Amino acid sequence: MAATVEAATVETATMAATNDAGPLSGEEISLLQGWYRTMLLARAVDELMWIVGAQGKAHFILTSRGHEAAQVASAAALRAGHDYIFTYYRSMAAALQVGVAPEDVFRSVLAKRDDPFAGGRQLPNHFSVRRLRLPAGSSSVATHLPHAAGAGYAARVLGEDTVSVAYFGDGATAKGDFHEALTFAGIWKLPVVFFCENNGLAISVPVELESPAPIHLKGAGYGMPGVRVDGCDPLAVYRAMQEAVTRARRGDGPSLIEAEVVRLVAHSNADDQTVYRTPDELAAAQARDPLPRLRRRLLGAGVAEAALATWESEVRARAEAALSTAEASPDPDAADARKYLYAEA
Amino acid sequence: MPQLTLVEAVNLALKEEMTRDPRVVVLGQDVGRKGGVFGVTRGLRREFGELRVLDAPIAEIGIAGVAIGAALAGLRPVAEFQFADYIHPAFDQIANEAATISYRSNGVWQCPVVFRAPCGAGVHGGLYHSQSVEAYYGHVPGLTVIVPSGPAEAKGLLKRAIRDPNPVVFFEHKGSYRREREEVPEGETLLPIGQARIDRQGDDVSAITYGIGVHWARQAAAALEADGVSVEILDLRTVHPFDREAVARSVQKTNRALIVHEANKTLGVGAEIAAFLAEELFDSLDAPVGRVAARDCHVPYAEAQERAIIPNAAQVVEAIRRTMAY
Ligand SMILES: Cc1ncc(C[n+]2csc(CCOP(=O)(O)OP(=O)(O)O)c2C)c(N)n1
Ligand SMILES: [Mg+2]
Repeated sequence: MAATVEAATVETATMAATNDAGPLSGEEISLLQGWYRTMLLARAVDELMWIVGAQGKAHFILTSRGHEAAQVASAAALRAGHDYIFTYYRSMAAALQVGVAPEDVFRSVLAKRDDPFAGGRQLPNHFSVRRLRLPAGSSSVATHLPHAAGAGYAARVLGEDTVSVAYFGDGATAKGDFHEALTFAGIWKLPVVFFCENNGLAISVPVELESPAPIHLKGAGYGMPGVRVDGCDPLAVYRAMQEAVTRARRGDGPSLIEAEVVRLVAHSNADDQTVYRTPDELAAAQARDPLPRLRRRLLGAGVAEAALATWESEVRARAEAALSTAEASPDPDAADARKYLYAEA
Repeated sequence: MPQLTLVEAVNLALKEEMTRDPRVVVLGQDVGRKGGVFGVTRGLRREFGELRVLDAPIAEIGIAGVAIGAALAGLRPVAEFQFADYIHPAFDQIANEAATISYRSNGVWQCPVVFRAPCGAGVHGGLYHSQSVEAYYGHVPGLTVIVPSGPAEAKGLLKRAIRDPNPVVFFEHKGSYRREREEVPEGETLLPIGQARIDRQGDDVSAITYGIGVHWARQAAAALEADGVSVEILDLRTVHPFDREAVARSVQKTNRALIVHEANKTLGVGAEIAAFLAEELFDSLDAPVGRVAARDCHVPYAEAQERAIIPNAAQVVEAIRRTMAY
């Protein structure tokens, strides 16, 4: 046990990072191009959601703006449809990366009958797709972390090489569920990756008031590696995630990844972030926006400006078409309000 | 048919289900090496291994949450809480997570977990080894709450609960664990969820109860025979959602009702049944609905004080006499 903790501490010390100016391999360029398109799609869908909210067509809007690189690159390291993915209300970009359709995201935003996640019963951005092994999430912070440990436990019992991942925020690490999930996963060496998207805020509360120590250091207390990565650098995220996933699949147990991201807009459409974030802080967050940064990087790697511009307009059109499709769906029937309270055998 | 105690009956149910279905697992504190603090899981670890009979850390959120996640990923977990008094940290996982999964996934995901815990007083366990907490869970749509009254009931209901696609909260009265032996069928005898059972036929008054209340009602019914009062005992078995038809049938026959449970009276299961009778069967009632329940208090350790709080058969007799005299 002592040895495990020591190893964890050592891994903690190595902060994975890549140098934006460094040369990229052909494989890396092609990965980054794919991710860029998914990140663009997530951004376009997100922006449209907020417009729909402002138009009064939807009540509650959340955002993944600023988290896209961390989500897309980490999800890319999973085997979609094989690994279990426990998302949270900010995980829209991760959901798109593993195969959730933007039409369905909008159906849930608009609370449509054909919303496949919840039939309009649950708030937007609460994804649920059985085929993708993406179980329905609640709105409670951190309650899904023990579920990810449980899916890891199931993999052990069933003898499958499935990995499960839980996505959550920095504030979630204050909760008892975080502690108990990592306790279980650490003791039983369960194949789980705990992926924390640290945007420095829990609504308005700064991370210093949620966690007394840097989040990645917490891994050591549970006998697992804790790694901090620049969450706006998709390749750094991908490498850290690949290492954690490989380790889990190998049977060597769980990992904690802390991806430092930025929240570019308010917590939700019910929040006014100018009350608690200064213009300087907001500008600093904008400066770390992962999308323009990746765009510069792709340009630097020789991807043509024209190609980037084409993707950008294609993705915009794709998101708008998805919204139109979703808007054409019927509303749920009020008579179905109590449907599915109990599952049928 | 073997003569088993309730502990042995639950043990046999678990053993049979784990043998039948490799997806059935048990997790909880001390369930492995020790076989549970009441011996409910004795012998299971030797037979099924430490992963399927998992000694969990003292982490009730984790026990419930891990069971839920395992169920989502294909297992049929039975999560044991050492005492119902210590299930409270898991309330969020059970009520906010397990109970809502089917509903908020449009029926796509199911959460087949059984949350088991020993409940009840009368064993001088004080405030934290005596609680009856079923009413908390009875307020939650999506949950099924079962409280078996005896060994054969416990076995048949638990086996059914393990196979049910919904989360089930299952409370076993620790005072009933070794009180009696009865014939318990081996193998595939499953008892239905959501259906009450007539424990004893009677004509004059319905004692509507569950769990250890059935035991008190039997004693009371035997005592009242001498007075010529014929008591019908209805064992609810599933307290949520409870069997309205069976309650209605019995009360339409006897026209008098007394509800008996060990849990506190205020906002208890009995309050809901009394309200149901008032709303739906007012015309059938010849007397006000009575309730025998704990006196809205924590359970004290001192014997005389514990007796002053927790109901007993004599109180049931007295309450039935009052109902009959109305
Ligand atoms: C248990 C619980 N308490 C409070 C809330 C209300 N709430 C929603 S999001 C949030 C902040 C979460 O912050 P963090 O975990 O850092 O995630 P972020 O939103 O920053 O990605 C709070 C307090 C909740 N959803 N669940
Ligand atoms: Mg945060």
